[in-house]
Amino acid sequence: MKKVITGDHAVAIGAKLCRVDVVPAYPITPQTLIIEHIADFVNDGELDTKFLTMESEHSVMSAAAGASAAGARVFTATSSQGLAFMHEMLYATAPLRLPVVMANASRTLGGPPGIWCEYNDSMGARDSGWLQLYVEDNQEALDMIIQSFKIAEDKRVLLPVMPCLDGFVLTHTVEPVDIPAQEDVDSFLAPYEPDIILDPARPAMIGTFMPAEYIMELRRQTVEAFESAKDVIMEVNDEFAKKFGRDYGGLVDTYRMDDAKVALITMGTVTSTSREVVDELRQKGEKVGIIKLRFFRPFPSGELRNLASNLDALGVFDRSISYHGGGPVYNEVRSALFGMTIPVIDHLAGLGGRDVTKEQIFKMFELTSRAAKGEKVKEVNWHNTRGETV
Amino acid sequence: MITIKELSDDNLFTAGHTACPGCGVALSIRNAIRVFGKDTAVYVPASCAVVFGSTFPLGAWKVPFFHTAFENTGACLTGMQAAFEKKGKKVTVVGFAGDGGTYDIGLQSMSGAAERNEDVIYICLDNEAYMNTGIQRSGGTPFGAWTTTTPVGTKIQGNQRFKKNLGDIVVAHEIPYYATLSIGHPLDFIRKVEKAKNMKGFRFLHMFTPCIPGWKMDPAKTVEVTKRAVESGMWTLYEVENGEKKITYKPGKMKSVKDYLNMQGRFRHMSDEDINKLQMWVCRKWNLHYREKGAPDVCEIAPLDEHHAITEEHREMHGP
Repeated sequence: MKKVITGDHAVAIGAKLCRVDVVPAYPITPQTLIIEHIADFVNDGELDTKFLTMESEHSVMSAAAGASAAGARVFTATSSQGLAFMHEMLYATAPLRLPVVMANASRTLGGPPGIWCEYNDSMGARDSGWLQLYVEDNQEALDMIIQSFKIAEDKRVLLPVMPCLDGFVLTHTVEPVDIPAQEDVDSFLAPYEPDIILDPARPAMIGTFMPAEYIMELRRQTVEAFESAKDVIMEVNDEFAKKFGRDYGGLVDTYRMDDAKVALITMGTVTSTSREVVDELRQKGEKVGIIKLRFFRPFPSGELRNLASNLDALGVFDRSISYHGGGPVYNEVRSALFGMTIPVIDHLAGLGGRDVTKEQIFKMFELTSRAAKGEKVKEVNWHNTRGETV
Repeated sequence: MITIKELSDDNLFTAGHTACPGCGVALSIRNAIRVFGKDTAVYVPASCAVVFGSTFPLGAWKVPFFHTAFENTGACLTGMQAAFEKKGKKVTVVGFAGDGGTYDIGLQSMSGAAERNEDVIYICLDNEAYMNTGIQRSGGTPFGAWTTTTPVGTKIQGNQRFKKNLGDIVVAHEIPYYATLSIGHPLDFIRKVEKAKNMKGFRFLHMFTPCIPGWKMDPAKTVEVTKRAVESGMWTLYEVENGEKKITYKPGKMKSVKDYLNMQGRFRHMSDEDINKLQMWVCRKWNLHYREKGAPDVCEIAPLDEHHAITEEHREMHGP
C-alpha cells in the first residue's frame, strides 16, 4: 500500500511493523514526529508496546538498555543534543550486546544551536560500538528500520543499530512510500529470542565490573561482531530485496560506476541531487559516478578500495567537520585507501543544514576531475561558504 | 508478616563478596534480598556495591543483576520493568543506589520514575558521601562531617551544609510508599521491606548504611552506630503510605548528638560551636517528627554557652 508520508512517519510505521515491545521516548526536533506517531499507534490500539515517556534522553537510553537486557525488542529515536546527552549510554548498550534500534534525525549539534541537518551529531558516536547507516529517502528510512532489527538481532552481530535520516529534508518532507504488509514483515523478521537475559529462572549478571585482565577480549569480540555484521548486512539486504523488491546494495550503493573515472562518495539525501548531476555530466561525455556510502559503521573499506581501483580521482562529500582539517568521512576514506595513489578530495557542504545545490555538486565533480588530470587541487574544500570558498 | 526466624536462608547475595568488614551497605542488601526472594531482578548503579558484588569473573548475586552507569537507576528500572510486564513475567524489580547516585547525580532519573509511578522498588543506601571514589561530600553528607572534599582545614572544618531532606522530595511525588530503615532495627527493617514488596507502584526504601572507612569507625559498631543515630534524632524511622505519615519507632528521651558523633572519626574535629549548630538542627528535626500536635517542643537539649565557641587556643589544644 502506498502512502504519502513524512520520513518520521515512515520510521514510526517501520517500528510498528517490527512489533517493538518497548519504546522509551523523549521529544527533540526534528525527531519528535516519530514518537508522536508511535504514541498515536499505541493509544489507538494499533500497536501493543510499552511506550515510556522518559524525562531525558539519557534516561531513554538507560530504559532502552534495561528493557533490552530483560529480553524486549526496543526502539527509540533521537537527534543532535539528545544523542549527545545519551552519549554515555551508547557506550553501555553496544559492548553489552543489546540490539536496540534507534533512529537519529540528523541535526546540527550546537553551539551555536540550530535544528537543521548536519552529521556532527552521529559522527561523534562513531566509536561507541553502534552500527550506523544513512538513508536517502523516506522509503529507505522505513525499510531500514526493518532491516536494522534483523541485522541487530542476528546472533553473529548482537549490536545496536542507528539508522540516520536527514533532519527536515526527510523527517518533515512527504514522499510516496510503499508500506509493506504486516504478514510479510512478520515472515521476514522473527521475534527476538536472545540467549542471555535478565530472567529469575536463569539468573545472569549483565554489566559486571570488568578488570583489565578481561576487557581487551571483550573489545576484540565486539570488533569481530562488526566484521560479521558486514556479511549479515549483505544477507539481509538480499533477502529483503527478494521479498520486497527493493535492493539497496548493502554497505554501499553505486550509480553509473561501471566505467567511471571520477566518483563522488555521498551520504543521505545529497545522493539524489548528485544522481541528477551525474546524469547531466554523463550527457556531456564525462565518465562520472556516485558511491553512496550507506553504512558508516561498519566502514566498508574493502568495498571502497575495489571501487576506487579503476578511478583517476575520488571526491568525498562531508556534512560535518573534524576540526583538524577535513571531515570524518574523508579521514575514513583516506585511511581505507592507504597506499593507493589516486587523489582524494574532500568537499564540505551543507553544514548546519545549508542547502546542497546542484551547482555545488557540479563544483565537487569539477574539482575532483581537475585533480584526476593532475592539476593541483586543495585537499579540503569548503563549498558555498563566506570568506573561504571554492 | 514474616519474622526473622521465617526469613529465607537462601543466600541470594552470597558470602565471598569483597565489602569491608562491617559494611552497612552489604548488610542492608543481604537482608533486603532475603525478603524479596528469588523472583527479583536488581539494578545497581556505579557504587561500592558494583565493585564488591560484581567484579568479573566473580559475582555475589544469585538473582538477575544489571549495571550500566551511575545516574540512571530510575530509568534502568523503568526499562526492566516494562520488558518484564510486556513478556508477562512477574518479577520484583529493585534498584540499589547510593546517596550520591540518588541525592545528586541520579535525582532526575529517580524523580522521573517516581513521577510516572513505575512499578519498581528504589532503594537508597545512604552512607552519607561518595564512598566508592574515596569519601567525597554528597548532598547526603551531614553538617560538620569530614570528607576529602570537605577537609578539616585551618580556615574551614568539614561540611558546611546540612543533609538534604531527600525524604520530603521523594514524598512530594505522591508515591504509594516511602520508608526510612536502619539495620540497627531489624524488625522494623524487615517489615518495611516486606510491605514494599507487597505493594504496587513506585516504592522508595531509604536505608541508613554506615561506612567503616568513610565514617572512620570501629567495624564492630555498625549496628550500634545506627541505633545511636536513631536515639539522637540524626536518623528517624518512619513511613509515608499513600500520603499518611507514621512514625514507626519513637526513641525515648532524646540523647545528645555527641553520643552519636563520638563514635566516628569523621566528626572528631568538630568544635563545640559546630556541634551545637548541628544539635539545634537535630532538635528542629526531632520536634518536626515527634512533637504531638499543640504540645511544647520536645527537644530538651539546651544550646551550649557562648564561651564554648572554638578559639585558636582550643584548636592548638585539640588539633584541627
